[in-house]
Amino acid sequence: MHAVHTHNLSLSLGESQALADISCCVKEGEFVAVLGPNGAGKSTFLKILLGLLEPSSGDVTVFDRPPRQVDPQWIGYVPQAKTLDRGFPALSTELVITGLHRTWVRRLRTADRKTALEALAMVGASHLADRPVGALSGGELQRIYLARALVRKPRLILLDEPATGIDTVGETDFYRLLDRYRTEHKATILMVTHDWEVASHHACRVMVLNHRLIGFGEPAEAMCEECLQSAYGDNTGKTIPDLRGGRHA
Amino acid sequence: MLELMTLPFMQRALIAGLMVAFLASYYGVFVVQRGLGFLGNGLAHAAFGGVALGLLLGREPLLIAVPFTVLVSVAIIWVRHRTSLASDTVIGVFFAVSMAAGIIFLSLKKDYSADAFAYLFGSILAITPTDLWVTGGVVLLALLAQPLWGRWAYATFDRELALSDRVPVIFDEYLLAVLMAVTVVVAVKVVGIVLISAFLVIPAAAARMLSRRFATMTWLSIVFGMASTAGGLWGSFRLDLPSGATIVLLQAAIFLACLATLFTAKILRRRSHH
Repeated sequence: MHAVHTHNLSLSLGESQALADISCCVKEGEFVAVLGPNGAGKSTFLKILLGLLEPSSGDVTVFDRPPRQVDPQWIGYVPQAKTLDRGFPALSTELVITGLHRTWVRRLRTADRKTALEALAMVGASHLADRPVGALSGGELQRIYLARALVRKPRLILLDEPATGIDTVGETDFYRLLDRYRTEHKATILMVTHDWEVASHHACRVMVLNHRLIGFGEPAEAMCEECLQSAYGDNTGKTIPDLRGGRHA
Repeated sequence: MLELMTLPFMQRALIAGLMVAFLASYYGVFVVQRGLGFLGNGLAHAAFGGVALGLLLGREPLLIAVPFTVLVSVAIIWVRHRTSLASDTVIGVFFAVSMAAGIIFLSLKKDYSADAFAYLFGSILAITPTDLWVTGGVVLLALLAQPLWGRWAYATFDRELALSDRVPVIFDEYLLAVLMAVTVVVAVKVVGIVLISAFLVIPAAAARMLSRRFATMTWLSIVFGMASTAGGLWGSFRLDLPSGATIVLLQAAIFLACLATLFTAKILRRRSHH
């Protein structure tokens, strides 16, 4: 069974073509990094997999089903932290437990609190349990969102720029945790990122997007100079990373 | 207060006031957290259009105002979903159109009636037993819909997360708008069109300042709303002031007290850190 399969997937948003003819196949247990410039359609691609957007044409399946027919418990979603409403009165544990119950709970029962604390411990954020989410830094919030995604023990984790705001040490822990979870649960990970180094060192395969699929394969193959220049233009502003240390699962 | 409660009109005023306060402060937490403070105003003015149409047609104004306001609330959500316009802009358009329609309806009415003023400023002391039954029905509706609090709260926190978890967010937005529209209409007689939005916004905003959790905010909002209504009614009777306005001023006093508590707590926290 494929975790994600798309065939000629296209999406028009108003006048603009957000995605065009995307055909790809992500195997279960893979870690795929999705790269591309701002506005390339990376987050849009994740939203299609979540069933939030309907493609204009082409096919998409998640675990061999149309996205809207997939059990939401199978998917753990870590959105961009900047989308959070910081004015909402909520504690970290309450946010984590939405991952389990898919609703806002009035009162955390002892069992729920225990589950939330275990998830927070897993991401190294036990000390944030009773902190209001509005008072968290970007990096802390990303850990809470990851705990929220993991608490449901998902088969597929979709992450949208998850490491934004996380310090270097925290980032290392963050990816180590993702790798461990993937190995232990044979989970599939699709992560939108701007970090080429992370993509080359942690992903099994890399998808380079700029409205259309420019490259998809092992990091060294997909992140070739030609592909990256095609996606980002001539002024990438970055050095193509040394991919020899990349991990290929 | 106790001797006041022996008067039947006062009993009706208090019961109606408390029911309206419960409804408005309960829905108010969603209004405040979704940044829809202007929605109360928009629906109140839609209710004015409905009341004016009822007066023109010589029918019970609130019976016409209910479908009229519900229609406007649904139209607001519908346009918002289908355009990129901001909520306040859409509400502003319907607000103005409903008000203009109301003014035209009243101008077409040959024998000008003072009734319109009662609806504009409220007449809580003229609440009839029928009004009580209707308001009680709306409270029952809110209690029946109460299990939806969790998913409304979830979508209020993060609409996209809730959608990704298959919460019927769009259906809920229509449902909430309709329930709020009905609440606004039953509140018209108690509070008056001009002040309804205060009932939706002030208790919830005051509660927000003291709450770390949304459930706490909901309870506090209801307590603030109902306490200010009971106190405001008593004050208005004692001081011979308009009831709706007195209640709103009491709500504002609670808001200021919460603001003062918030600032004091911040100062104390800063000092303890130093």
